[in-house]
Amino acid sequence: MTTVSSAIGAGVSTQSRNLQLAMAALLGLFVVGFLGFSQMEVVHNAAHDYRHSMAFPCH
Amino acid sequence: MSVFRNVVFIAAISGLLAGVILAALQTYATDPLIFKAETYENAGGHDHMAAPAPAAEATAPADMQAAAPAEQEEAWAPTDGFERFAYSALANIVSGVAFALILVAVSELAGGIANWRQGVFWGFAGFAVFTLAPGLGLPPELPAMPAADLAARQVWWTFTVLGTAAGLALIAFRKSLPLAVLGLVLIVAPHVVGAPQPASHETPIPPDLHRNFIVAVTLTNLVFWVVLGAVAGFVRGRFMGEQGALRSSLA
Repeated sequence: MTTVSSAIGAGVSTQSRNLQLAMAALLGLFVVGFLGFSQMEVVHNAAHDYRHSMAFPCH
Repeated sequence: MSVFRNVVFIAAISGLLAGVILAALQTYATDPLIFKAETYENAGGHDHMAAPAPAAEATAPADMQAAAPAEQEEAWAPTDGFERFAYSALANIVSGVAFALILVAVSELAGGIANWRQGVFWGFAGFAVFTLAPGLGLPPELPAMPAADLAARQVWWTFTVLGTAAGLALIAFRKSLPLAVLGLVLIVAPHVVGAPQPASHETPIPPDLHRNFIVAVTLTNLVFWVVLGAVAGFVRGRFMGEQGALRSSLA
């Protein structure tokens, strides 16, 4: 029973594990895309200094 | 959903901490340069569609609330001063967690970040992918600087980030010479194609101000990514250690 593994969720099936990791990565990409790339002017204005400081293409 | 939950847990802690540090660094290192650039923007008559920040106010962020009457039909924007700082800080923290989600999820596919020192190297990779590579073709820009079509730059930025990430992964995790060569090609290709450039680089921004801004952006991002990776590795080590201990005590 002492299956101490170095990978998170080693007990889960590989398919389920990869799916969950992909979901986490996609969630992160979605949020970064929204903050950095959203054309909505309100988002642009709120995150203006952040976008410049992160070197996202901005206006 | 245990894997997803664990990734979110590690990303939340590391992203929060790195995001707070980035917000503090930007407040001192990059934001003053942006405010300064806005004074040229307003003086130069460049038509900036958003982020209205009258010159006099941008240089004196402390006492401007009173001097900002409702302007024309502009979209909402945070008031200069504390509100503007607060939204920037919020964006930094949220994006810190989002970048952490990407970093932790991708690193798990490669076996996970074992400790804080490995995390530092994952941080370097994140820095190379999200700051260094796109910054070579599209250096950090200040307000009032000319730039090519926004959509074209966003497409180039996206492909450069994906190509660099894939290239680094092929070189680091596939023990094969042809794949390593392919990885190098993927990293170099976006720069051979070239980033979209404006018709003219003429700008009222002094070259010194821009150079300082590039250095400030690059270094603040470097610190952000190294902290993010190191904390993610540290938290993961502690977290997995506890889980392992718990499991063996139940066995």
